[in-house]
Amino acid sequence: MSTTDNASTFPLAMEGREAVEAATREGRELTPTERIIASVEAYTPQEAAERTLANEMLADTRPGTREPLIINLGPNHPSTHGVLRVIVELDGEIVRDVTPVIGYLHTGIEKQCENKTWWQAITCVTRMDYLAPFANIHAYTLGVEKLLQLDIPPRAAWIRVLLSELNRLASHLVFLGTSGLEMGAMSVFFYCYRERDEVLDLFEMVSGERMNHRYFQVGGCAQDLPEGFIPRLQALLNILPGRIDEYEALLTGNPIWQDRLKGIGVIPAEQLLNLGVTGPTLRAAGIPLDLRKSQPYSGYEHFQFDVPTEITGDAFARYLVRVREMRESIKIMQQVLDGLPEGPVIADDRKVVLPPREELAWSMEALIHHFKLVTEGFMVPEGEAYATIESPRGEMGCYVVSDGGPKPYRVHMRDPSFVNLQALRPLAKGGYLADLIAVIATLDPVMGGVDR
Amino acid sequence: MALIPPPGAPVRRSGRTDDTIDWDLRDPEALEAAHGILTTTVEKAIAWAQTSAIWPATFGLACCSIEMMHTLSPRLDMGRFGAEYFRGTPRQADLMIVAGRLTQKMAPVVRHIYDQMLEPKWVISMGACASTGGVFNNYAVVQGCDKIIPVDVYVPGCPPRPEGLMEGIDVLRKKIGFNGQTPSSELIAERRREREAFMAAAAAAEAAAAAEAAAEQAKGGQPN
Amino acid sequence: MSAQINALVPGAVVEEHEALGELTIEVTADRILEACRALKDGPTQFSRLSGVTCADFPDQPGRFRLAYHLHSIQTGSRARLRVWAGGLDPEVDSVTSVWAGADWQEREVFDQFGVRFKGHPDLCRILNPLDWDGHPLRRDYPIGGEDVQFTDAV
Repeated sequence: MSTTDNASTFPLAMEGREAVEAATREGRELTPTERIIASVEAYTPQEAAERTLANEMLADTRPGTREPLIINLGPNHPSTHGVLRVIVELDGEIVRDVTPVIGYLHTGIEKQCENKTWWQAITCVTRMDYLAPFANIHAYTLGVEKLLQLDIPPRAAWIRVLLSELNRLASHLVFLGTSGLEMGAMSVFFYCYRERDEVLDLFEMVSGERMNHRYFQVGGCAQDLPEGFIPRLQALLNILPGRIDEYEALLTGNPIWQDRLKGIGVIPAEQLLNLGVTGPTLRAAGIPLDLRKSQPYSGYEHFQFDVPTEITGDAFARYLVRVREMRESIKIMQQVLDGLPEGPVIADDRKVVLPPREELAWSMEALIHHFKLVTEGFMVPEGEAYATIESPRGEMGCYVVSDGGPKPYRVHMRDPSFVNLQALRPLAKGGYLADLIAVIATLDPVMGGVDR
Repeated sequence: MALIPPPGAPVRRSGRTDDTIDWDLRDPEALEAAHGILTTTVEKAIAWAQTSAIWPATFGLACCSIEMMHTLSPRLDMGRFGAEYFRGTPRQADLMIVAGRLTQKMAPVVRHIYDQMLEPKWVISMGACASTGGVFNNYAVVQGCDKIIPVDVYVPGCPPRPEGLMEGIDVLRKKIGFNGQTPSSELIAERRREREAFMAAAAAAEAAAAAEAAAEQAKGGQPN
Repeated sequence: MSAQINALVPGAVVEEHEALGELTIEVTADRILEACRALKDGPTQFSRLSGVTCADFPDQPGRFRLAYHLHSIQTGSRARLRVWAGGLDPEVDSVTSVWAGADWQEREVFDQFGVRFKGHPDLCRILNPLDWDGHPLRRDYPIGGEDVQFTDAV
């Protein structure tokens, strides 16, 4: 079955037609984005050849005199970090304008959470930003604990810090690997995934899953760290600095890497702040905003670490910031391991937290609590809360609204990639098409978080 | 291009017409039972070539795509099975691994890419979301990619371990190797329909001929 | 805080309360843009807009309750600005002229709830397909999906 010669069988061109239909149905004008989407006509190869010939015969070939070429990158493309569609207006090789179109991974997670109990919603929320599942559930559980006014024991807080930093490391390893792949440095991909496999083994020891964990529980952590976890983590922390040195030896001084990334994608830091960008992108532009330092949560105030900042704000700076953050994460994890306090890993409030399994054998009250919690779930008092954490991509916030029932009334996750991706347009304008790929790679969006 | 069926429409549980859907091809007996035709040496050779170099199309959607990338990692190395070369264009690929949740907005794009692939082509539905909609039973997620494309192997998990995906590819290789040069499930179904239509037409023709002969007999036998 | 806002934008603040360590200020829908400008440029220095969200309360007269989460890097304080957008034809001024980062977030609120933003440069659907009918996160919009046998919890 070949693609027929009718442009109306191309789904991305159809989206434009549907936008026009929807607009006429509602009796309104097309918005700029809809207009751009509608201008993407998918041509068969024959049509495209004819158009190019006609275009070239009509116009001058100097840059700026030709009709702009509008091409469609994605949503299925080897280097768009997931299902991101970018409509690029090109003048030769120079990018005149960029329109990101998202929504190809919109899963309705926020709506799904409204139908689940407060516990079950953790499993939905964790699949949002799939490279930082611990960050998702950290923000959510912090929000719910705020509503419940529940204090978590110190051991739970330190374990949360440990796993959040391990997650940051794993996420930055993916950034490094996939960025390398997109820039053409394929070996880095294999090295980073070798390390990431070790980290995912640790996650599997702790939560039972390599990804999409449901380990942080409302009130602390679902279970204690298993035996053998700490020696294994310590062994990994011993070899990691050497491995990161390997990556830096491959990339940081590499003239090809520097040429690809230096000077690419620079806009003033105030504009980034105004756009709502957070995370390594903002820190690479000179604004040292890190929520672990400015509003410490979950015990981060006990740890000594630096916040890597650069001033150039280009793609190379973003790369450097992330590599240095990996080293800082190792430092934090070492401090956690050195001083991990003993004690319970989950709060004591039986109205919210399951009783220990052994108690069910001899305590009627524990049995009733267990029954109520598992069948009905716990009630959260009416109110609203907004909890923010520093995820590997920036500020992750969770806005929870409760109506006093066992299910969330509204859960909104303020995902950093969603807001950061707005900066793609100013960052990529004026550069080459290949630099657009570099910009997307160093912006590090995760489409699960963008589309939710 | 919303794919929500209108209210009252029958819900299609699966787009598959192949009756081997419930057979677990890891079971050696089921494997034997699925053995449809005797394979010749040439067909065996073709199957060997196809299974040794299945080139997937890059089609990672969500979390499962990360685990798919982990099958390329040094620990598991899908390159051993010839499947390392992820093609950028579907025209050059013969396997599509739908890795991740398929949403309403993305569905026409998936179908379009499947259509662009050339025969023979196979589809692995990786993960719970691609197989059945997974954790997300709501307005935005298509409840299984088999609603729009025919699937050969389902790999369950959320996300499945990379070893799980490798086993899925292994099962697919057995499936290919078995029927000789296996075209896509669509073509198999079409050929079966044609064969059945032909057999039905032949049977009807025979029945008509027999009825005519019987009428002839009766008529011939009457006037005496 | 409300005293400061009242000084800059008289008559805008409806109520202010602090709960769970968070400051919530409710303003009237027609003064939201002025209030945001005052909060950004004034002594409160809320240079960052953390998020724009909405919650649907069908039995309340205002129905759609928008929440703007503000963050000041200089002082480190956070605040929440709440606005009721109204039930039929909800419309509110867009704050993209104050913080450019509100762009896609307002588009998301429009897509999921149907609240229009006056003065938004590009108000169209962002998450759902462009010709989608309805606004999914409203309380009266069904969850959708398929019927599943043997379970009543979705």
